[in-house]
Amino acid sequence: MSPESQLLQYLISGLTLGSIYALIAIGLVVTFNITGIFNLALGEFVTLGALVSIALYAAGLPLIAAFALAVLIAAALGAVMERTAIHPARKANATILTLVIITIGVGIAIRGASLLIWGTHPYILPPFSEHAPFTVAGAVVIPQSLWVLGLAVVCVAALFAFFEFTYLGKAVRACVMNRTAARLVGINPQRLSLAAFTATGALGALAGIFVAPITFATYDMGFMLGLKAFVAAILGGVTNVPGAIIGGFLLGILEAFGVGLVGSGLKDGLAMIVMILVMLIRPTGILGAFRRGA
Amino acid sequence: MGPSGAEHNNFPGDEVELVLRNKNVILIVLIAALFAVFPLMVTSGYYLGILVIVGFYSIVAIGLGLLLGYAGQVSFGQAAFYGLGAYAAAILSGTYGWPPLLALAAAPLLPAAVAAVIGQPILKLKEHFLVLATLGFGILVYILMKEFVDLTGGPSGYTGIPYLSIGGLVLSTDKQFFYLVWFLAFLTLVGAWNLVNSRMGRALRAIHGSEPAAEAAGIDTARLKLKVFILSAFLAGLAGGLYAFYISFISPSPFGFHASIQFVLMAVVGGAATIWGPVVGAFVIVGLIEFLRWAVPVVLPKAGGEFEIIFFGLILVLALLFRPEGIMSHKRRKQRSEPDAGKEAAGTCST
Amino acid sequence: MLDVRDLTKNFGGLVAVNRASFSVNAGEILAVIGPNGAGKTTIFNLITGMLTPDEGEIRFQGRPLAGLKPHQIARLGISRTFQNLELFRAMTVAENVMVGAYTKGKTGFVRAILRRPGTTAGDRKRYGEALELLRAVNMAEYADEPAESLPFGLQRLLEIARALAAGPQLVLLDEPAAGLNAGESQALVAFLRRLREQNLTFVLVEHDMATVMDVADRIVVLNFGSVIAEGTPAEIRSNPEVIRAYLGEDES
Repeated sequence: MSPESQLLQYLISGLTLGSIYALIAIGLVVTFNITGIFNLALGEFVTLGALVSIALYAAGLPLIAAFALAVLIAAALGAVMERTAIHPARKANATILTLVIITIGVGIAIRGASLLIWGTHPYILPPFSEHAPFTVAGAVVIPQSLWVLGLAVVCVAALFAFFEFTYLGKAVRACVMNRTAARLVGINPQRLSLAAFTATGALGALAGIFVAPITFATYDMGFMLGLKAFVAAILGGVTNVPGAIIGGFLLGILEAFGVGLVGSGLKDGLAMIVMILVMLIRPTGILGAFRRGA
Repeated sequence: MGPSGAEHNNFPGDEVELVLRNKNVILIVLIAALFAVFPLMVTSGYYLGILVIVGFYSIVAIGLGLLLGYAGQVSFGQAAFYGLGAYAAAILSGTYGWPPLLALAAAPLLPAAVAAVIGQPILKLKEHFLVLATLGFGILVYILMKEFVDLTGGPSGYTGIPYLSIGGLVLSTDKQFFYLVWFLAFLTLVGAWNLVNSRMGRALRAIHGSEPAAEAAGIDTARLKLKVFILSAFLAGLAGGLYAFYISFISPSPFGFHASIQFVLMAVVGGAATIWGPVVGAFVIVGLIEFLRWAVPVVLPKAGGEFEIIFFGLILVLALLFRPEGIMSHKRRKQRSEPDAGKEAAGTCST
Repeated sequence: MLDVRDLTKNFGGLVAVNRASFSVNAGEILAVIGPNGAGKTTIFNLITGMLTPDEGEIRFQGRPLAGLKPHQIARLGISRTFQNLELFRAMTVAENVMVGAYTKGKTGFVRAILRRPGTTAGDRKRYGEALELLRAVNMAEYADEPAESLPFGLQRLLEIARALAAGPQLVLLDEPAAGLNAGESQALVAFLRRLREQNLTFVLVEHDMATVMDVADRIVVLNFGSVIAEGTPAEIRSNPEVIRAYLGEDES
């Protein structure tokens, strides 16, 4: 492989990784904007999406039906999480810190449950399309990567359309800006919080389904993915959806090249270093100026 | 106004003397005696071994309790400090041939130094960011332990840790470690008690009550929080060093994220804002883990791995839900009713 | 004693304090008044280092305070109270006062852990001093009650006692009479006067005009962050600009 195609190869795997991070990061940022907290359990919904759909598929369901059901289950679990853990804590005037730690607790509980159900083995989901990997300018492209990239594009477009063109979407944006104003126009922030956890649970599961054919699915696959999505979100300035997407791709590419340079073992460490550095040096995100322009 | 009229006010520090006088002393002596004779009574190495581990965890949890309950800061990376202490003790004595006792004494200094360096910027962060920064730090250290194979032995672990010896006495049995670790845990407890019941302890509780008011009283809040953070890292490192000599083989796996969660749980379950609460928490959590490792395979024969985390998660959520003020709440010992209206008039300024 | 020169602070385009200048003389009680949002509390926060000025200078006994952190400024001898009570609610009344005297103590972190000789003696001395101070405000009987159990008026008083505990030279009082009844306000005024005779200097922000006119030696009037008048209570009372600011004429 020529050096150019080597670089291209890194770029392609970076974009694939990055679109996964971006997808989950969208869920994180949307929940954060609506509820004021990061759902640090979101990564576990990614795991659930992957493992539940694999289990349903193995049980004989058609692939599409398995996917749909897995997403529904994750959405329902998101709703249950909001009602049983987040909502009561909020009602009792819990601090943000307490709420964040609660989401960590929920995440660990889900991970433990996944471990009990599925054990530590890796599971495989067949790729969505049965094409063989092809090469572009000497770099290998796995068709599944295109699916992931495509999903990211579709999700972003759908979110954009929702927030820009629907009444509900505009109302949600109003609620993000001002809770009292939202009440005045008849939006209940509590219902919105429920909706946010439900929707992002589904989104997380969807990301898990799309990524499973590439990486194998294990009970602990979501933890690191969720953390890296947070890194993407903070790179993009925490409250900024376009920023989070760009942050996701940046992190993916950084990691892909990082693996080429320092080896795969330190890849996860790289993301943690980026996270800590960004929080310390530029808490508004490296794309912080992005939002002001928008 | 004369100096009389306030005899009923006992100076809080007099509790020291009170402890020696009142019934508490009997309780303390009883507990101490129980600990002293326990190793002589148990025949099962299993229970003794567990109590040694509880001792290590207690030391970590006391430090974390000070950080959570008194300095009002959170750390989801405490296992990293525990691990740094363990690896420092192992590598100094094993690779560099330091006398084990010297290596054990030096081990806590590594995590304390690391805490001093990272603490300054990290403790400025709030809420999500403090949680994630400490969590990220913990994961980073864990990855480094796995990746610096030449130094740490990597995922397969570090072997060749010599026996700990004090004077001519070689510590090799559970019984010996039991006495050593619980002696140190007791010292830690006393030190923490001293700290909390001092000018510094009042300053810490003041930060908790109102940071602006604490600053306005001349307290360097950032520096004080940093000191507690360093102290908590030091204690975690001390426990880690002891653990390394006790277990004589270490690998990165006990120092990961789940261990950090476990430490937070210990501090929270027993009550972070009390000194002995974290010790109780260490007993409860270790007891729970051991029970689950016994009980779950009976129900689910296929279960493997660290499935106890499911209960960690549930306990964490429940603990926070039922103490909604948060884990950093500062419950006072005494709950008092509002003073009656008659007293109110007495409080106006004298002229 | 305290010189404020051309002090300016913006909050995102909104001018909270606009080139404000005034001085505080040693041993006087200076009241800072003005309509809501005139920038009074902001000035306190600037003096005590909780906010950083955009422009201008603050000097305390000739020494510029720029760049000092709140706890460093406190150590120079400036104490303050807070408008929205910032008591250490879970601590006892005496402990609140003892924290106020934090800078008098010497016991450091490590000494405290090791409980070196003298730490307990130092604590006992602080406790005695706290009781003495509490007696002066007739609150000694509450010394070992948690601060949060006090009625509101006493909480205000405790804030003042805590501010005095450090033995400051200058005390900034942010609406000390808010929420007090007439009798309590009068007692407060008398108390402040007595302290002034012991050579303490006060700056107070206050809404209650009766209290201000009663206690202040001089008054500084702020409106929209600027000083619009300065003088004795009598002068201020007859100042047409002040009257206009308060009655809201010509404002839009």
